[in-house]
Amino acid sequence: MALPQAKQTATEERLATLTMPDAGCTRAAREDALARVLEMGLPGRRDEYWKYTRPDTLISPEAPRAALFHSDEAILFGEIDRLKIVFIDGVFSAEESDELELEGVNIERIEDICCKDIHWAKELYGVLEARGQSPVQRPLAALNTAFAEDGVAIHVTGKPSKPISLIYRHASETSDAMLHHIVRVESGAEVTILENGPAASRFNKCMEIDIADNGTLHHVRAQGRDHERRAMTHMFTRLGQESTYKSFTLTANGVLTRNEQVVELTGDDAVAHVAGACVGDGDFLHDDTVFITHDAVNCESRQVFKKVLRNGATGVFQGKILVKEGAQKTDGYQISQSLLLDDDSQFLAKPELEIYADDVACSHGSTSGAIDETALFYLRSRGVPVKDATNMLTLAFLAEAVDEIEDSELADAIVTRLEGWLARRS
Amino acid sequence: MAALDQTQVKEGVDQETVDAVREVGTYKYGWDTDIEMEYAPKGVNPDIVRLISEKNEEPEWMTEWRLSAFERWTKMEEPTWAMVHYPPIDFQDQYYYARPKSMEEKPKSLDEVDPKLLATYEKLGIPLKEQMILAGVEGAEDVPAEGRKVAVDAVFDSVSVGTTFKDELAKHGVIFCSISEAIKDHPELVQKYLGTVVPVSDNFYATLNSAVFSDGSFVYIPPGVRCPMELSTYFRINAENTGQFERTLIIADKGSYVSYLEGCTAPQRDTAQLHAAVVEIIVEEDAEVKYSTVQNWFPGDEEGKGGIYNFVTKRADCRGDRSKVMWTQVETGSAVTWKYPSCILRGNESQGEFYSIAITNNMQQADTGTKMVHLGKNTKSRIVSKGISAGKAQNTYRGLVSMHPKAKDSRNYTQCDSLLIGDKCGAHTVPYIEVKNNSSRVEHEATTSKVDDDQLFYCRQRGMDEEEAVALVVNGFCKDVLQALPMEFAMEAQQLVAISLEGSVG
Repeated sequence: MALPQAKQTATEERLATLTMPDAGCTRAAREDALARVLEMGLPGRRDEYWKYTRPDTLISPEAPRAALFHSDEAILFGEIDRLKIVFIDGVFSAEESDELELEGVNIERIEDICCKDIHWAKELYGVLEARGQSPVQRPLAALNTAFAEDGVAIHVTGKPSKPISLIYRHASETSDAMLHHIVRVESGAEVTILENGPAASRFNKCMEIDIADNGTLHHVRAQGRDHERRAMTHMFTRLGQESTYKSFTLTANGVLTRNEQVVELTGDDAVAHVAGACVGDGDFLHDDTVFITHDAVNCESRQVFKKVLRNGATGVFQGKILVKEGAQKTDGYQISQSLLLDDDSQFLAKPELEIYADDVACSHGSTSGAIDETALFYLRSRGVPVKDATNMLTLAFLAEAVDEIEDSELADAIVTRLEGWLARRS
Repeated sequence: MAALDQTQVKEGVDQETVDAVREVGTYKYGWDTDIEMEYAPKGVNPDIVRLISEKNEEPEWMTEWRLSAFERWTKMEEPTWAMVHYPPIDFQDQYYYARPKSMEEKPKSLDEVDPKLLATYEKLGIPLKEQMILAGVEGAEDVPAEGRKVAVDAVFDSVSVGTTFKDELAKHGVIFCSISEAIKDHPELVQKYLGTVVPVSDNFYATLNSAVFSDGSFVYIPPGVRCPMELSTYFRINAENTGQFERTLIIADKGSYVSYLEGCTAPQRDTAQLHAAVVEIIVEEDAEVKYSTVQNWFPGDEEGKGGIYNFVTKRADCRGDRSKVMWTQVETGSAVTWKYPSCILRGNESQGEFYSIAITNNMQQADTGTKMVHLGKNTKSRIVSKGISAGKAQNTYRGLVSMHPKAKDSRNYTQCDSLLIGDKCGAHTVPYIEVKNNSSRVEHEATTSKVDDDQLFYCRQRGMDEEEAVALVVNGFCKDVLQALPMEFAMEAQQLVAISLEGSVG
C-alpha cells in the first residue's frame, strides 16, 4: 500500500541524509531493514503509537541543536568497578575506553566484525528488530538497523566479574548519533550491563538481546541530564527457557525521550521485569512504550513505571501484555503511575492487555494524582519542612520502580541521583 | 440475625439463576413474523435519503440535514481500529427502509395496529397494552403497582409501531413518542437538540445514521418533573437484508429524572444484518438520566454465520451543573459489537457512570467500552466493565478517561475485569488515560482470569452440573453491574448471562 504523501516525503528527506556503512556481514540485514523503512515510512503524528509523542524532531533530516550541559555532579556508577566502553557523540573512543578484555565475555565493535563473513552476530543483528515490527511497527528501529554507524557485539559465555558499562558522552551541539548493540547471553551465563550519559544532541539507539536457556541479564540505565537532547531507544529482548531479564531506566530531563522495550518470552518459566523511574521538569516529554509477548508456559512479566512531573512536563506510558494462545500459567503484572507536582503537567497512558489463553493471571493498574495531602500533613505535623516532606514522599513514590534493581550498590547510585535532582529543584 | 437474612436472600437469587439455567434454550427470539412488507429500493443514495424523509413526512430542513449528512458520509472511511474482523459490508446491497404494509396509514391508536404486529411483541414478552407490569417479570409482586408501569415505544424494522401510556405521560408534561412524530409535532425541540451531542460527521456509522435513520424514540422531560414511569423502547429487526438505523433523542430538562430502557432482538438468519443506531442524551442542570440496555440481537450461529453487526454511537452530554447520567448495558447478542456509550461531563459537579457486561460466545466479537470526558470542575465518573469470553469469541474493552486542564478536583475510578472460559477465546483491554491537571485523581484497574477452580468445585460438590456451576460463578462475577439495572432488566439479564454461555463448557 502506498504511504500517505506527507509520510513518504518525510521518509525520503530523512533517508537522503544517510549513507549505509560498508557493512560486511551485516549487509543483508541492513538492506532488509532499509526495505522495511521504505515500506512502513517513518512515524507520523497520526500513527496510533505516536498519538501522545510528536515524532517530528526524531525524524527531521537534521538533528535539532542541543546546547552542551555541564554538571559538577559526581560521575554516575563512578564508585563501581566496571568495564568502561565509551562513545563520544556516537563514536567509539578507544582512548577513553578500557581494554575490551574480560573473562567470560567477548566484546567486539560492530565495525570490526563487519569485515568477517561468519560470525554469531549475523544470526542476531537486525533479527529481533525485524521480529519486533509486528503487530506494532517501529520504523525508527529499522532505520537504526540499516544505518547505525557504531556499536558493540557482546557475547557472554560465563559470569564476568564486573558490569559492562556503556558510557555515552555528548561533545557537539549538532551531533546526530545512531548506535546498534547486540548481546548474546549463552546458556547459564550472567551479565550486568550499565548505560549512562546523554550521548548526542539526537540519539537513536537500538539494542538486541538474546538470552539462551538459564541465562541472566541485568540492565541498569540512566539517561543523561542534558536539557535539550533528544533520545529514541529500542531494546528488543528474546528470552529462552528459565532465563531472566531485568531492566531499569532512570530518566532525568532531556527535552524528548522515547524508550521502547520489546520483550518476547519464548521459553517456559522465563522471567522479565522492566521498570522505569522518570523525573521531568519543564519542557520535557518522556515516553515509555513497552510490549511484552508471552509465548511460552508459566512465564512471569512485570512492568513498573513511575513518573514525577512538574512545570508543564509530560509523561507518556504505552504498555502492552500480549498472551498468545497456549501461553498458559502466565503471570503478567503492569503498573504505571504518575505524580503530578503542579497543575500544568500531564500524564497520558494506554495500558493494554491482549489475552488469548484462559489459565492466566494478568492485571494492570494506572493512577495519576497529586501528592497525598494527608501524608504531607502528617510529616509537617512531625516538624518536617514542606520541601523535605515533598521530597520524601516523591522518593517513596519512585521506590517501587527503583526496588526492581537487584544490586544494592547500583540501586544506591540511582537513589543518590534522584536525591540530587530533588535537591536542585526544591 | 442480619447475617442469616442476607444468606437467605442470596440463596433465593441463586435459586432463580439456577432455574434460569435449567430452562435455557438456544437463541429464543430467532423466529420471524410473516407480514407483508414495503421496501425502499436496495442501496443508499440521495434519492433513498429523500424517500425516507418523504415517507416520514418530514419538513424541508430535516431533508436537507439528512442530505448534507449523506454527502459527508460518501467522503468518510469505515473505521478499522477496533479489534473486530468481518467481511466487507456492501452498503449498496441492503434495504434502508422497510415497513409493514399495514403501517402505511399511521394507526391513530394502539387499537388500530395490525394484530400480527401486536402478536409479535406479545410473543417477545413486550405486550403493547397499557398494562401494569411487563409480562413475564417474576418477583415483581412486592413492588407497589404505581412503580411498575412501563411505557413502551415499539420499533419494528424501520418504523415505530406504537407508543403506550402517551396520554398519562402527557399529563405530566412528558413527551414520549417516535422521533418521526417528534419531528412533525415538536420541531423546535428536535431542531434545537438533534445532532448537538453526536455531530453529523462524528464517525462513519453515525453519519450514515444521520442520513438514513428511519425512526426511533424521542423523550422530553420538562423542568422539575420526575418521570412517573419507566420509559422503554423495544427494537425488533424482522425483514431480511435490511439495516436498522434508529435515532433516539432524550432531553432531561432542569431538575428532571427519567429511567429509560432499551431492548433488542432479531430473527435467526444466515446473512449478517447491519444495525447502526445513534442515541443522544442531553442532561440539563440537576437532571438525571438512567439509560439501560439489554442487547440481545441474534449473535449468529456457532460457526459465525449470520447475526447482527451492531455499530452504535451513544453519547450523553451533561450540560448542566450537578447533572448525572448512568449507562448500564448488558451485551449478549450481535455477531459484532462496536459500541462506546460516552459521557461528556461539561457541567460542574456532573457525574457519569458506566456499568457494562459484555458476553461473547462461539464466534462473537465485541469491542465496547466508554469515554468519560471531564470538562467541568469537581466532575466524577465511574466505570465498571465485566467482559466474559467463551468459545472462539473475542471481547475487548476500549475506553477513554480524559481530564481536561480545567476539570479541577475531578475523580475517575475504572475497573475492567475479564473472564475467560476455554482456551480458544480472547479478552483484551485497551484503555486510554489522559490526565491534564494535578488536582484530579484517576485510578484504573484491570484483571484477567479464568473461572476459579475452587469455586467450581464447591458448586459441583453441592450437586450442580458444570454448566450450572459456571453460570452461577459468572453471575457472581457480574453482580456489580446486574445490581445497577432496573429490576425488570436485572431478571432478564441474569437469565441471559446463563443462556449466552450455553454450550461453552465441556
